[in-house]
Amino acid sequence: VGRENRGSELADFHLDVNGAVWHVRSDPAVPLLEVLRNALGLTAAKMGCSLEQCYACAVIVDGAAVPSCTLAIEAVGDRRVITLEGLSDGDELHPVQRAFLEEEAAQCGYCIPGMIMGAVALLERTPEPSDADIGEALSPHLCRCGTHNRIRKAVRRAAHS
Amino acid sequence: MLPSRLEQYPDLDTWVRIDPADTVTVFTGKVELGQGIVTALARIASEELDVAFARVRVQTADTDNGLDEAFTAGSMSLAESGLALRQASAEARQHLLELAGERLGTAPASLEVVDGTIASPAGERTTYWELLGSRRFNRQATGRSTPKSIAERRVLGRREAVRNDLLGLVTGTTRFVQDMALEGMLHGRVVRPPGPGSRLASLAEGPIGATPGVVAVVRNGSFVGVVAEREHTAQSAADALRRAAGWTHDDALPSHMSPARWLLQQPAQSSLIEDGAVLEGPPPADDPPADATTTLKARYSRGYLLHGAIGPSAAVAVVDRGRLTIWSHTQGVFPLRRAIASVLGREVESVRVVHVPGPGCYGHNGADDAALDAALLAEAVPGRPVLLKWTRADEHQWEPYGPPGVVELQASLDHEGLIVDWRHDVWSTSHINRPGSVPNLLAAQHLDPPVEHPPPVPPRVPEVGAHRNALPIYELPRRRVVSHFVEAMPIRTSSLRSLGAYLNVFAIESFMDELADACRASRLEFRLRHLRDPRARAVLEAAAARSGWSGERSAEFGHGTGVGFARYKNAAGYAAVVVKARVDDSTAAVRVAEVLVVTDCGEIVDPSGLENQLEGGVIQALSWTLYESVTFDRRAITSVDWETYPIARFADVPQIQTVLIDRPGEPVLGAGEVVQGPTAAAVANAVRDALGVAVRAVPFTAERVRDAALAGS
Repeated sequence: VGRENRGSELADFHLDVNGAVWHVRSDPAVPLLEVLRNALGLTAAKMGCSLEQCYACAVIVDGAAVPSCTLAIEAVGDRRVITLEGLSDGDELHPVQRAFLEEEAAQCGYCIPGMIMGAVALLERTPEPSDADIGEALSPHLCRCGTHNRIRKAVRRAAHS
Repeated sequence: MLPSRLEQYPDLDTWVRIDPADTVTVFTGKVELGQGIVTALARIASEELDVAFARVRVQTADTDNGLDEAFTAGSMSLAESGLALRQASAEARQHLLELAGERLGTAPASLEVVDGTIASPAGERTTYWELLGSRRFNRQATGRSTPKSIAERRVLGRREAVRNDLLGLVTGTTRFVQDMALEGMLHGRVVRPPGPGSRLASLAEGPIGATPGVVAVVRNGSFVGVVAEREHTAQSAADALRRAAGWTHDDALPSHMSPARWLLQQPAQSSLIEDGAVLEGPPPADDPPADATTTLKARYSRGYLLHGAIGPSAAVAVVDRGRLTIWSHTQGVFPLRRAIASVLGREVESVRVVHVPGPGCYGHNGADDAALDAALLAEAVPGRPVLLKWTRADEHQWEPYGPPGVVELQASLDHEGLIVDWRHDVWSTSHINRPGSVPNLLAAQHLDPPVEHPPPVPPRVPEVGAHRNALPIYELPRRRVVSHFVEAMPIRTSSLRSLGAYLNVFAIESFMDELADACRASRLEFRLRHLRDPRARAVLEAAAARSGWSGERSAEFGHGTGVGFARYKNAAGYAAVVVKARVDDSTAAVRVAEVLVVTDCGEIVDPSGLENQLEGGVIQALSWTLYESVTFDRRAITSVDWETYPIARFADVPQIQTVLIDRPGEPVLGAGEVVQGPTAAAVANAVRDALGVAVRAVPFTAERVRDAALAGS
């Protein structure tokens, strides 16, 4: 019962994403992740599990890094959403992006957009995080390539920049 | 002599193209898997062509570009594609110098090249692009040019150029196959049977196919899929189809015993690994030699392991005017093309497979299967591309797993503490089930009529599949190494990073510690007394020196240090891993506190990339060794997500120090898989050092460690 049976009922939504308001006509049950990727063309956030278990899809919603894979568009409301695409200012990279680049903190890179969003949210909240803070903030994020230590270094570097 | 891949494809135009302006494109039949091959190849071309790293574009595998390098696997990319590209680039540069010499009226040898601009002693200039921009070399490699000597190098081995794909990854502009968006593209999902032995009995499709936005429901035998305008509609329709499907089951998965016990009960094809000689049944257990004073025996095992890509497998396919094009994160575009053409009954030429990056795969995962799924859906909607994505549960339940295995070791020591006899028996299902000339693709066996997978073929040479690193690196006067190949495969298995090396090295290196203890030798000195290869000794000695590990036993209960060492494939890179671990007094949970890795991978092309591969390999192997094993019941795989199949998280990842021994002028040795086995062994030896009892089955869950400790005390 429920969501899939309402598949054809479309509604209008106004989403605040990366500082702009986007009009989207969508099934209210569609997850934010899918709206970002398929309607807005913002594909940095990745589908990993659709279960809030890996955070490949993490975006910042009102300052907190949250998984977007299960967050229905109707539940987003007027909260401010920031994706990886919204971090850099033209060619000017965000300090966290620059730090990931400088530390070469990626292998396949699939988890990296979510990691960067997790790190940005952490540093907004805690500009000088301890190693424990970094570990705790990134603990919901999975990486299969084993880039964890370079990611930690990148977050420390960004904190000091 | 030309590198073998260049001999196979001697046309310089196959490898190097001078673009219309400012850039150079180089070609490879290999694919980027997150291992950094694109950067390594760009560095090689930048070095040999004398153009800035930023000017080099690398085009990876596409069946339309003709360069068939089979699979990107086995840590062979640099040894195959890299060597060919190096030589081809050197010859391309030489040809460009000759063209410049004609134009500038001077001898080529007097010319200098800086970033693609060629200058004569008189100060006259021309560029690669003026000389050959968008034109072909029309020349074959001859071997007359030599790549730069070490002293001449400016790029290789230095830490300057950053991975050229990183900017896209940190800004989110990199397009993985999951991110593709083509004009008119539809979304696809498949509905898999509940278990490997389930087949579709009924499908009460009802109105699902008529739901607005659903374009096609595809059913062929037990293959069920759906194509829809929007992704959410495709997922909802797939969920509805799953509820509407009735299945038959054979409920025959061997869940009532451990994978190790199951393997040992299966009929097996036995052979000697050294020479491939087939044995009729298990070889007799003959007596230890007369000079043996002590004989030890031990059994080691592993279960099924998931590749566990963070992004579930996906592919885009379109049938356009009869031609099928597939974008895939496969490791081998040509073999996949052959397999798909064969399943679909198409001419090979009517199928094109283009590689697009995917999430790290670490071996043969679901990528190829997803490509066939996408093709089957695309055939139902000609003219429209379909992006097919697996779900997390699809990936966990249906990718081909790393196979279970058992190793039994027996060795005898003489009164001087030298090994005088060595027996190694390894049981495993197949590590090699990639598609290619045989259509090993998941959906193929669900079709009506099914295209069944042919029985897997036992390898007959060393270092392949389960044989990898079964031959010990140690000097032993008498050894017998036997493979027991189990053909039965109730749960599909195939290649996972390092193949048999993970289990064989875990077993051999654990056993070396047990033998050292049996003759009261230092675990370091015991290894060295059986090790002649000077590079192997250098790596092991450096690991001991850098970690302060003497090979003596731990003085503190619960705290241990262990080492694991191997030369991957007995031919690629050398690696020693030292692990310091703590076993919790009350829970028996193993905590790895510190890791040191020392490697000799020959000449280093990209030190940062090498370090990244080593660290990643250690962390993945720690995760396998401490936490991972696929679970199942009689019907179905029950590891369906990251809660039912946990992997290492940030809190579990220790500090890792890497020491890279560079060997300029020596051949580049593959590095991507060198630490998998040594890491497992190092953890095992650290746990044994901490507790005084051996745990011989991975993963070392708290429960297993506790049981071993109780049994041993």
